[in-house]
Amino acid sequence: MKLNERSLAFYATCDSPADNAGFLYKRGERHTAYHRRWFVLKGNMLFYFEERDSREPVGVIVLEGCNVELCDAAESFTFAIRFGGAKSRTYVLAAENQAAMESWVKSLSRASFDYMRLVVRELEKQLQEMSRGLAGGCAGTQEPPGLWKPKPSGLEHWPERLPALPAIPKENGCAVWNNVLAAERLPDTSGCAGHDEEENPRPPPLPPRRRVSSGEAASAVGQSPSTFCRLHEQYSREVARLRQDWQLKQRGPRP
Amino acid sequence: MRYNERELLSLARQPAEKAAEIRMSVPKKGNVLKKRLVKLVVNFLFYFRTDEAEPIGALLLEHCKITKEEENVFSISFIEEPERKYCFECATEEQCQEWVEALRRASYEFLRRSLIFYRNEIQKMTGKDPLEQYGISEEARFQLGAHRQ
Repeated sequence: MKLNERSLAFYATCDSPADNAGFLYKRGERHTAYHRRWFVLKGNMLFYFEERDSREPVGVIVLEGCNVELCDAAESFTFAIRFGGAKSRTYVLAAENQAAMESWVKSLSRASFDYMRLVVRELEKQLQEMSRGLAGGCAGTQEPPGLWKPKPSGLEHWPERLPALPAIPKENGCAVWNNVLAAERLPDTSGCAGHDEEENPRPPPLPPRRRVSSGEAASAVGQSPSTFCRLHEQYSREVARLRQDWQLKQRGPRP
Repeated sequence: MRYNERELLSLARQPAEKAAEIRMSVPKKGNVLKKRLVKLVVNFLFYFRTDEAEPIGALLLEHCKITKEEENVFSISFIEEPERKYCFECATEEQCQEWVEALRRASYEFLRRSLIFYRNEIQKMTGKDPLEQYGISEEARFQLGAHRQ
């Protein structure tokens, strides 16, 4: 089976941060001698190099679906990466000290894509429940998974795009928060992306279906990037206001 | 580069996020489109000859760019070699859009950024770190600001 090895090698050596890195001893497959290798964990891929400054990895272990276990071996600080299949190989590794072993076992046992996806879904759910909870009687409203959709991997600057939260939010295109807060009704935003239906409390409108844009992103058809930004800013303002209120409530009455 | 092929093959047999028969070309073979069974599992895109059980190849979808090309067509390229494109010709434009969206979200790095984003949002709203209850708030892979592009 072909693998995009060049891209793999690039992924291994590029300066994206590693989830763990260090020397480990790897037991050979046929001979039980241990070889010292430089290991780099990125995502669900465990790369190993002959030397720390080698330009290309000797190999990679795809960690998806593995189990990590401590070993009882005579050699101390050993642990194993095991897979489920009948004939699958077990990778036996040894660290140089207890702390290193623990650190590796911890990071390897949570390295799978599946695990990351689970945690993301859980947080998404929490965020949705928070909005729903705050919206009070909005039962039965369908909210899409990934309500706050971060930008896809092609766009590099999303952390910087998160707008600074204003002290006093000025606009609210969506009346959902009226249930929770004092009665004041806020004016509609003129720029609310075409989903402006609120007279009654409802959760914020679904973000428009993101249209795929090619290299020349701001084409006539693909208004999605600016629409997303606008919606994102709206949500941020709402959240900021909620947070303010929540914090005030937490502080309680002043003495 | 050595890799645990057996486990990768086993991964290819698992339930896919998305699978379809799509005409595909690889960079080397003169861009001839051939019908393949294309299967997305975690951050790998496997491609099979339609009558075979074992994939011909697999693409790890990290640091890649998914580009919408002309109608019904999208491509995958990797950032260190942007001219080398894997092209996919779908049956419909809708199918094409669905694949582009799914593939853009299929990387571990994308998931990580999503997690950091949600974590941050929840923390802002509640003042609490949602990862604390799982005992994973200190893990390197979840740190805010640790991730550089």
